[in-house]
Order: sequence, then C-alpha cells, then structure tokens
Amino acid sequence: MTPNTHHTANTPGWVDVDGPHIVTSRFGFDDSFTLARFEATGGYAGLRAALDRTPADVHTEVREASLLGRGGAGFPAGVKWGFCPPAVWPRYLVVNGDESEPGTYKDRLLMQRDPHQLIEGSLIACYALGLSQCFLYVRGEMALAQERIATALNEAYAAGYVGKNILGTDFSVDIILHWGAGAYIVGEETALIESLEGNRGMPRLKPPFFPAAIGLYGKPTIVNNVETLANLPWILLNGATEYKKFGSDTSPGTRLFAVSGHVARPGVYEIEHGVTTFRELIYGERFCQGIRDGHELKMFIPGGASAPWFFPEQLDLPLEAKPVGAAGSMLGSGAIVVMDDTTDAVRACLRVVRFFARESCGKCTPCREGTTWEETVLRRILDGKGRSADIDMLLDIGDNISPGPYPVAANEAEGQTAVPFPPRQTTICPLGPSSVAPITSAIRRFRSEFEAKIVLPETIPVAAAVHPATSELAAAAHGEGGHR
Amino acid sequence: MTDAPTKPDAIDVTLNGVTFEAEPGELLIDACERNGVYIPRFCYHPRMTPVGMCRMCLVEVDTGRGAALQPSCMLTCTPGMTVQTESELTKKAQDGVLEFLLINHPLDCPVCDKGGECPLQDQTMSYGPGESRFVEQKRHFEKPIPVNENVYLDRERCILCDRCTRFASEVAGDPLIHFQDRGSNTQVNTFPDEPFASYFSGNTVQICPVGALTAKPYRFKARPWDLEEVISTYPNPMGDRISVQSSRDKVLRIQGVDSDATNWGWLTDRDRFSFEAIHHPERLTVPLVHGDDLGNADAAGDNLVAASWAVALQQAGAVITAALDKGGPDAVGVLGGARLSNEAQYAWAKLAKSVIGTDNVDAQLDDGLPAAMVASYPRRTLNDALAPGSAVVLMSEDPKEQFGTLYLRLRHALQKRDITLVELNPTASGLGRLTTVGLHPRPGETGVVARALVDAVAGALPTADVGGVSAAAISAAATAVHGRPVTVVCGRASLAESASPTIDAAAALRELPGAAFLFALRRGNSHGAIDMGLAPGLLPGRVGLGATPEGWAAAPTVTGLDARGMLEAAVDGDLSVLVLVGSDPLADFPDADLASRALTTCDTVIAVDLFANLSVASADIVFPAAGFAETAGTHTNFEGRVSPLTRKVTAPGVARPDWVIASDLAFELGADLGFDSVESVFDEIVTVAPSHAGLSFADVAADNDGALVRGPTALDFGAPEPTAVVPLDGYSLRLVTDHRLYDNATLVQHCPSMANLADVAQLSLHPLDADRLGAGAGSLVTVISAAGSIELPVRPDPAVPRGSGVIPLNRSGADPRELIDHRAVVTDIRVASS
Repeated sequence: MTPNTHHTANTPGWVDVDGPHIVTSRFGFDDSFTLARFEATGGYAGLRAALDRTPADVHTEVREASLLGRGGAGFPAGVKWGFCPPAVWPRYLVVNGDESEPGTYKDRLLMQRDPHQLIEGSLIACYALGLSQCFLYVRGEMALAQERIATALNEAYAAGYVGKNILGTDFSVDIILHWGAGAYIVGEETALIESLEGNRGMPRLKPPFFPAAIGLYGKPTIVNNVETLANLPWILLNGATEYKKFGSDTSPGTRLFAVSGHVARPGVYEIEHGVTTFRELIYGERFCQGIRDGHELKMFIPGGASAPWFFPEQLDLPLEAKPVGAAGSMLGSGAIVVMDDTTDAVRACLRVVRFFARESCGKCTPCREGTTWEETVLRRILDGKGRSADIDMLLDIGDNISPGPYPVAANEAEGQTAVPFPPRQTTICPLGPSSVAPITSAIRRFRSEFEAKIVLPETIPVAAAVHPATSELAAAAHGEGGHR
Repeated sequence: MTDAPTKPDAIDVTLNGVTFEAEPGELLIDACERNGVYIPRFCYHPRMTPVGMCRMCLVEVDTGRGAALQPSCMLTCTPGMTVQTESELTKKAQDGVLEFLLINHPLDCPVCDKGGECPLQDQTMSYGPGESRFVEQKRHFEKPIPVNENVYLDRERCILCDRCTRFASEVAGDPLIHFQDRGSNTQVNTFPDEPFASYFSGNTVQICPVGALTAKPYRFKARPWDLEEVISTYPNPMGDRISVQSSRDKVLRIQGVDSDATNWGWLTDRDRFSFEAIHHPERLTVPLVHGDDLGNADAAGDNLVAASWAVALQQAGAVITAALDKGGPDAVGVLGGARLSNEAQYAWAKLAKSVIGTDNVDAQLDDGLPAAMVASYPRRTLNDALAPGSAVVLMSEDPKEQFGTLYLRLRHALQKRDITLVELNPTASGLGRLTTVGLHPRPGETGVVARALVDAVAGALPTADVGGVSAAAISAAATAVHGRPVTVVCGRASLAESASPTIDAAAALRELPGAAFLFALRRGNSHGAIDMGLAPGLLPGRVGLGATPEGWAAAPTVTGLDARGMLEAAVDGDLSVLVLVGSDPLADFPDADLASRALTTCDTVIAVDLFANLSVASADIVFPAAGFAETAGTHTNFEGRVSPLTRKVTAPGVARPDWVIASDLAFELGADLGFDSVESVFDEIVTVAPSHAGLSFADVAADNDGALVRGPTALDFGAPEPTAVVPLDGYSLRLVTDHRLYDNATLVQHCPSMANLADVAQLSLHPLDADRLGAGAGSLVTVISAAGSIELPVRPDPAVPRGSGVIPLNRSGADPRELIDHRAVVTDIRVASS
C-alpha cells in the first residue's frame, strides 16, 4: 500500500490512512482506473464469486452485511432491494452518481479513480436482483468521471464483463452511462429518474409511490449510491462476516468521509463506520490534524450542507447515523465542513442558504419562494438593512417550509435540548427544509451575531396595524350608525 | 376472520371529527369537497393528473402513523384516515403557502382581467394571512408576452401551478409551453421560435388560477362582476357545454362547462373565440328584397335593398304560392338547416313537409351520410364508447381539426384507459402515436378494407394487401378490436370521394360484435336536423314517410330530392324556388359548379342567414336570422344528446329566430304552425317525434349533461351493394380533400382574432412522392384532374400515405372542388411543376 502521505499525487483529495481499505484499495496506483490494474488487483473477482452463487444467495449476503446506503438516508441496501413488487418486470438499477452536496466529493473519487469497481458493484446488484438494465447517472459537471467511466465501460464490454452472457454465464446486463445537465436536485432519486427519462429534473411526490414500486419508466427501480455499490465486490469476495468485523454492530464496514473547511488536513478518509468520533476525525493525527493555525472550532456541519450544524459539545459523538440523528443532525452524505472562530455565522448561513435558493427546482411553492426569500433577508441583514423582526421572521419562514420544531443540536448554556432529525416538510422533497438547517442552527446558537448586524430599529410597516383605539372608534361608529 | 357484514368498498374517513364514507380510489380533496369541506387548491384540476406542486391543499392527515401535513390532491382515501382541515397546523401551512405565493405576485389586481374571479384572490381572502412580511424587490418579467396569436402570458402573475403546461402536454398533446429556469426564477414560456400553436390554447386561459394567461378577445373588455352568464350548449357536433357571458347586451366571453358526458370543460379555440362574430357589423339586420338604385323595393331591380318583414314575407309567400300553382310542391326545395336549433328545424320541417308539401328538404349538402343510415344505426354514448376495455374505429375527418373536444376525450381515453383505436381514414389523424393501428386505405377503398377487417376479426386473416393496406396491418387492427365493444366514429373523411365507400365500410363494420356508431357529421346540429325530419324521406322522430304526424295537415308520401337532386332540378328548371336556411352552397357544396349554375338558373332563391355570404348575395329575398346566443332552443349532439341553447343577447336589427321566420312564412301561405314559444315547439316535438317521447324542456335544461334521445326506430337502412373499386394508374395520385379548424368559413372570417389563422391551400404529399415529383416544400405545382386544374404550393407530410394528395377545402389560394369529378367514386390527379 502507498505510504501515508498528505494528498497522494494520484488522487488529490484522498488521504490514505491506516486501516481497512474496502473501497479505496486502488486509489494509490497511478493507473487505478484501467482494466489492467483492476484485474491485477483482484478486480471482478467479486463478480465471479457472485456468479458462482444463486442471486438469492447474493442478496442474502448483502442483507447479512447490513450494508447501509451511503447516499444520505442510510437505509440498508439489502432491505431496499427487497421492496420491488413481485412479478412486475422489467425492473431497473439506477446508480446515483449525481454527487452534488456541498462538501461531498467521495463519489467523484470513486468514479474517477476506480470506475471498474463501481461497474463490478453494479453488476453484482443486477445479478442479485435479476436485472438486465442498469443506468449510471453521473453528475453533469464531473467531466473526468464521465470520461473514465465511459472508457471503463468500453473496456468492460470488450472484455465480456458487461453485455451479453457475462463471463460465459446466462447473466446479461447492459449498463447505460448518462450524465446530468448540472442540477443539485437530481441527486434526489425521483428527480434523477425524471431527468433520466428526459424530463426536467424535478422530484416526484413520495408517497404514494417510491421508486422501488414505480420508478424509471413507471417500473420498479432500485436507486443506489455509488459508494454503496462500490462496497459490493469486497463483500462478495470476503463475505458478510468479514465485512462486519469493521465498524460498529449497527453500521458495519468502512465509510468515506470528506472533510473540508478549516482543518489542517482536509480530504477524503476511509474510516471504520460508526466507531470513530468527530473529535478523532477532526483532531486526530491520523486524520485531519486539528483546526488550522491554532484557531478554535466554532461549528461544523456533520453531513453536508443540508445537515443542521454541530458545535464543540457534539465532538464526541461517533460517526454513525443514529446517534447523530438523535443529537439533531444527520450524517448525510459524509461531508464534514469545519468552521473555525474566524467564521461569520450569518455569512456562513447566507452562503449555504444561497446554494439552496439557487438549486431549488421551482416545483413546489414553499421551497421555490421560501429559499430565495431567506436568502434576500439574510443578504439584507448583512448589508446593514436588517430589522429586528427579521430574525424571528427568518425562523417563521423556515417554519412554513418545515413546520414544527426543526432539528437542532443541544445547547446546554441556553437550555436548548436536541431536536432529533429528520425535519417535517411542507415541500415535496427535502431541499426546502435543508435551507432551514443553517438558519435555525445559526440563529439558535449565534443570535447575538445576527442582532449585532441589525442597526435599523423597527420593522417596516407593510400594513397599518389595528390600534385598539381605532378599533374602539370603529365599533362606536358602527354602533351609532346602526347599519353597516 | 369475522363474519361481520362489511361493505367491501366502504372507506370510512373522519373529517374534522365527522365520519363519512369515501368512494374507493377517491382523492381526499374530492371526498372532502363532496362532503362539504372545500380544501383550497391551485394546481389541482379534476380533469388532469394531480402533481401536488402548489402545496395549497396541505391538510393534517393521520393514517395511523401520526398526524402529518399531506397534499390532499395526491392522497387516496384509505380506511380509518383522520383529516383535520381546520387545525392550527393546517391553517399555519395554508397561511405560509399563500404568503409564499404572494411574495412575488404583483398584486396588480385592479388592472388584471382575473380580478374578481381569481382563485388566488378568493383563497387569499378565505385562507390567507391577511398581510405580507415581504419587503424585498419582487421578481420582474416583461409584462405580457404573446405565446400565440390569441393568448398572452404575464409571468409576474404566474404562480407556477403547472396547470397550463400540464394541459398542453397531457390533455392537448401540444407540449409547447414549459417551465424554464429554476428556483424563484422559474417561468413558464414557449421555446424559441415555437409559439404555443395549439387549437386548444384558450383552455389554459380558463384554467389559469391567476391572471397570468389572458385571451386577446376578452382582454380588458369587462370586469367579472359586470358579466352576466347563462349555461348553454355550443352548437357543434359534440354539443360542448358552455357558459355564455355578456355585459350590456354583448357576448364577451365563452367558457367551457364541465359536463361529464361531453366536453369535460374543454373547448377548441375556434368555438371559444367565435363569439366575436355575434356582434360583427356585417350581420344581416333587416330583410332584403330586390330594389332599385334608390333603395326602394322593386321586383325588377338588380340590387338587394332593405325591406320590412311584411314586404319580404309577402314576396316570399307570393313566389312560393306561384311555384306551387305552377309546378306543385316539388317545385320548391329547402336546403340547409343543420345550424339551427331543434325547434327551428322542426318548424322548418313542418313548414316544408306539411304546409308547402314538399319532401325536397335536405340539411346536409352532399357532404354527409344518408339520413336513414344515421337515424337507424345503433348508437352509443361517448362515455360508453370510451369505457375501459373498448375499441374505437375512427373513420372520419381528423377529429383534431373538426371535432376538437372529441379529440381531447379520445386522447384521454387512449392515455389513461384501456382502449384501442384503429384509424380507417385516408391520412393519419392528429392522434399520432396514440393510435393503436393506423389503416389508411387508398381513397375509394375504405369499404373493402373495412370488409377485410371484419373478416379478420371473425378469424379469416387477409393473405394479401387490401386497398393499399398491408395484410399485417389489418391483422394487427383485428387483434386490437377483437373481443372489445367497437364504436365507429363514422363520417366523410374526404369529399373527393363519393359517400359510397364510407357507406360500404359502415355497413361492414356494423357486423362487428357489439358495434355501435357515433356519426361525425359536419355542421353543428346535423343530428337534430335528421331527427327533426330535415332530410328527404324522413319525418320528425326518426320516422320514414307514410303516416301523417299528429297535428300536421299533410305529409309527403314520396321521397323527395336530396341536396344534389334539388340543385340539379333547379338547373333543369324543375325546381323554381330554393330556400337556403343557413346554408351557403356556393362556398360549401362540394360541387361548386353545380351550385353556381343552380342558383343562377333557379327562379327565386330565398335565404335565411346571419351574414351576407356568397349564396345570400345572389339570393332574391333575404331574411335576417337571430343566431347563436340570440335565440333559445335545444341542440342535439352526435350521441343524440339534447341540451339547451340559451338566449343571452338581443339579435341585431329586426332579425328573428328561425322558427319564427318559418311560422311567419307559413302564415303567408295561409297556415298556422301553432307555435307561440320555443317551449311550445318542443312540446309538439315530444308528441310528434317518437324518438323524443317522454322528454320535457325543463328536464333537458335542468341536467348539466342534457337528455339522451334513445327512441327506437322502425327505420331500416338497407346496405347497398358494395361499390366497385376503381383501379389507380401508376401516374396518378388520388385526391383527398378535408376541412381544417381554421378556414374561410363565414364564422371564422368574421372573428378578428381568428380570421388570419387560416393558412393558404397547400397540396400535402408524402415526402417520397414529393421527391419523386421533384417538388420541394413550398414549390408551386399544377394539379390536374378530369374536371379541372388548380395551382398551389406543395407541403411534404409523412402523415399522408404514398399515392395520395391532400388539399384542404375552403382555404385561400386554390379550391380543390374544381378538381373533383362528381360522377366518379374517386378523383385521380396528376401533379406537374408550374
């Protein structure tokens, strides 16, 4: 294995650390993306292992491994696979490679550095589910990943790994590479399916129908994340029991975390799932080596821009979905954004909200109108044109997008207990509620920073308030007039 | 298992503490409305797929997993569902959504056409927060931009509910408007250089929940609170239900009304905007008679001059009496009447057949089907024809061009219900890929292809091509209709061929198990005309000649002349008085030459009409009639559905309703038809016409779906011997002529919004045929037939089968009627470069 260096030359962004390498085992090689290197390092052995067993057996193995989805929701892949309604064919596998969550760049590395591993994982999933059509949807901006996957697919077709009668068996699969036109929302599985069908990438309402029941072209469709599928070759080769030796009981295996922001050594780390704590990851010498230049940690986002913020009190939580959810945020797509004490909370809040306002697809009202409204108000506060009522109004706009108490981390100093994830929503998909995360997180914790920016004293009267005196006069007038 | 007796489909839903029973599969929003609780909504429309986009219909719903806000337009009722439409959570969500919708809405209600009937206004008043906290700059767009000739789009007012875009793609099949950009910059727009060229664009204006889409004919004409409305029927073959809205005695707008049996609230733009013609300054307002240059009545004068009703009626009575004295009843003919109300048709039938005594009466201008066939063939309602598991054989002009709302209903059924559609017409219809199997016989060979289809359904699959259609296509069509009740939409698909191939085909298709017919005849009330006896050989109520109807002085016993027969008799001098009742044979009769000679030769032409069209201009006595929305009555659609026509405005000048003109004329002839009101005519129809027995005027008016005429008929239409097939020589193309939505029709040309929409006549050819002739798109060619020649541009069109050439009727530039050989079954043409 390549030495533990900061950002290997071959895979910028990836930091090689001691420990299991389930999905990053080839990242150290110059030519990790070629079929030759892939085959020389045990490539397609997992597929061969799978083809020696029955599809049901492969499915069971994956279910046994408790492989959790790596796209954000963390739902067990083996269970998801079982949701297709019986006797409805054809069915499709769609690989979600539209990694767009700010701070997340692990899938990009997996697609650029080891496209064959993804293809192999997709084939194993297709075999387990009895599918013959797989769609690989790669984010529009990821030109290198698209190119590498296209080349790898051509190699794999030529070598007989993909296409008709794979490796001489009866198993045949076509993999279609498709790339997006550049929309964050297409990372949402139903929007991705719409985009794949050639429509505007706008989410479908679920319930009533989830993709596993009614998906691509109205047929049962399994949508899996790139990293999820990249785990499959290893699991098939080494077995679920081996896999479960890594990580915690509830979150076995390893997981890629992309750390960005004010740490000494940002990057993508493959770490054991559910065992490591945020403190170890951020401060550990093996990992990010602490906050830059001796600054103090102010806050961090544990799971991509959509996640409510965490603060130093939450550092000792393990990197595992359940405890993070209970503490008021989510592990999401494994993107940790660290902000130190130089960060302006209001400005950081605007930066994240602006992203969601730009990326709202415009389909449903609260998100389309609410996110931009939030952005304008935050911008106005930063420009020194805020009003004192704006702060509570921001919270109320958020409440109209995501009604009820919004997930927030505990703040003992303020007597604030944690509100667990997920938020409720008046929207079709979680994008709108995601824009509320930075607002509630920042206002709950740093209200004084907002107040400090507000120099204008009052709200702008947009409608004449009804004064009690005026009301009395009006009532009196009606009484005397005797008619309306 | 318990044996408790439970209704298997009972779904108990608790709505605000009260339990009611929902229907299986019913959407929560509909179930609540049915039970008296209106849930506010913008994007939801009962005739379109719900999308759950506007979020206005969020209500607190508990399906056993805890209460949560859910869009009631996307939620099917499930047993035990608990719904709170007035809870704090629901109200907060409604407040929030309305506030969001309004932050970028310009609130220019005082200058907005929608103000006063605006769902956004209404629901803001009922469910909104009352005031906005939004103090930022609103979103700005260029104010209104035209998306086509008649529809304007104001994107600032738009709340992006997806109704118009959904209508365009899902209902009309013209996906020419769509969302563009994203987030708060999302806008509805057309694509560059692609206008929203849809025959149905006006419907988007009607369903727009704000004032974002407005229609040119109504823009800034009235405020909704100044409008008076009546529910009526648009006199088209579908009998679309409409609301006629007027202010100060002027019709200003027509809106579709949702009738489950017919149009579902939709209208074509031609029907919707046709009200412009009602108040056109060129309407006939006074009777006209021959006169001198000074405007004085003078039988020898060459001009038509204004006259009083007394003078005009007296003159008309005199010429008819003279003709009767000279040549007997057969010297008089009545041509037209298909645009009249049932009552006016009955009055004219009674005048012609009982008072004058002639059976020379025909409402169809040689462009329809034998009345006895239409009256006697089994029919089926549209809803039954489109019920899941049915099949439709389309054997008519393109419904998209001529029967717009039928086209929309067919589109819906083909997309959403399990029905199959086989086209048996000379060119592919506008249904495009929705058509299950397209059989496009060579013109003149529809009958043999229909016969082959019937044989194939019975098991005898064709072994060779038939009538230019492949054996495989016929077999596929047989599979598509096999085992399904078949409804034949039957009309004359092309006037370049005689009626006989269509009659043969209909007679063959009638043998299919469970076959029924919907006759797609041209002109609004052709079905009423046939039912009222405005056809040779028929008496009111789908009855043949023989007995004298109750209350009639007399009735003809010998079948008279049809339209062609009357015109030929006029040319031969056997018919001296021709009464044109709302018909324009010079423009509308397929044999223009015959019509022209007949009108010139005929001693006296009496015309009853709305406008001074070509034929009226050559008439001797003209009566101005009250038209649509100016006279009450009833209308019969192609199912035999009778629905009310309501009077809303005053007729111009001294124009009178057609039934009054018939009564007046009868009086001049010394007879009293016995009518004093529309109701009195209807009452007599009910007693005289066996098909209408049991109906009442009040019942017809009370039901939104009208009343169905299902009278049993003793009529029988014997299928004639099949027509011989005329072989096509390799050098010729076979002519097809049809009608398009926008043409030079009098009505269209008197509507300023539509007058310019009619394209010039073009010869449509299959692209390969066009290539073979070396005629590129737009190149001018000369088309020659045995009857004549015309010059017009070429338009390559893959919907036209090879070997055929299609020229639309009644368009500027060239008249294909000059090519039609009326003695032959089909017309073969040759095309030469000009």
